[in-house]
Amino acid sequence: MKCKKIINELQDYLDDALDATLRSSIEEHLGRCTDCRIVVDTCKQTIDIFCNSEPAPLPLTTRQKLHEALAKRLGRARA
Amino acid sequence: MGSPKVDPVGARQLPSQVVKADEPLLVAAAKSGDISAFETLVSRYERKIFRLTQNITQNREDAEDAMQEAFLKAFEHLADFEGNSRFYTWLVRIAVNQALMKLRKRRPNVVSLDQEVDTGEDILPREVEDWGPSPAQRYEQTELSDILSKTIGELDPPFRVVFQLRDIEELSTEETAEALGLSVPAVKSRLLRARLKLRQKLNPYFKQEKKS
Repeated sequence: MKCKKIINELQDYLDDALDATLRSSIEEHLGRCTDCRIVVDTCKQTIDIFCNSEPAPLPLTTRQKLHEALAKRLGRARA
Repeated sequence: MGSPKVDPVGARQLPSQVVKADEPLLVAAAKSGDISAFETLVSRYERKIFRLTQNITQNREDAEDAMQEAFLKAFEHLADFEGNSRFYTWLVRIAVNQALMKLRKRRPNVVSLDQEVDTGEDILPREVEDWGPSPAQRYEQTELSDILSKTIGELDPPFRVVFQLRDIEELSTEETAEALGLSVPAVKSRLLRARLKLRQKLNPYFKQEKKS
């Protein structure tokens, strides 16, 4: 298997959507190709970092504006 | 010397499939007119929805407006929510539509999301420096948020939006395709490019210090 093929299959590999045969031949390649292993590892870490990141607290004024708008509209719905 | 260990990628359960125990009850109460139940749902998701609208619009005022409109629309259309998906997934779809409308209004020349985009040869990685374990832990939480927000903001909108839905909001590929009116192969090719581009953009922050 060539490095370019790894990139082509990277998406399905990362999303665990490959059949067992293709998956094991990719892993066999990753075991001996440092560059591909680094690309796969750092790509996986990229996803994990974004996926596990906590959203920042809402700025106070943003939160106030949101809840005032909701109170106004929902209050009208309640009436 | 043995081969380097390959970290297997396990199948993970998407949060869009995980529902907090009280969510169906809150949604049912809100549907029957319990405003405090809806406010609980708003407080639960406001930070995530604001990050989503901010990442898509890249403009604070637009992000605030899109978030507000998304919650208001969600309330008005609660009766249409049938509970086939998680409430949050439904809310994300509303918020994405609001954010995209803002983005298109401010940047009418932006590449249309459903237009063909080049996902060609330049995605092949050039820099292959290793990051080492736990690179994100090198930064404080707020510093890390700034880095992530800056790097995703540098992606072109068609890639940014797909990455946002698939890898941050963790919608499935099919849900992402449906929310954006794209085909599944289009989502996959954009996602691959977005992931590789982001990996490259994060490289200067996370690469392993070379030992002298």
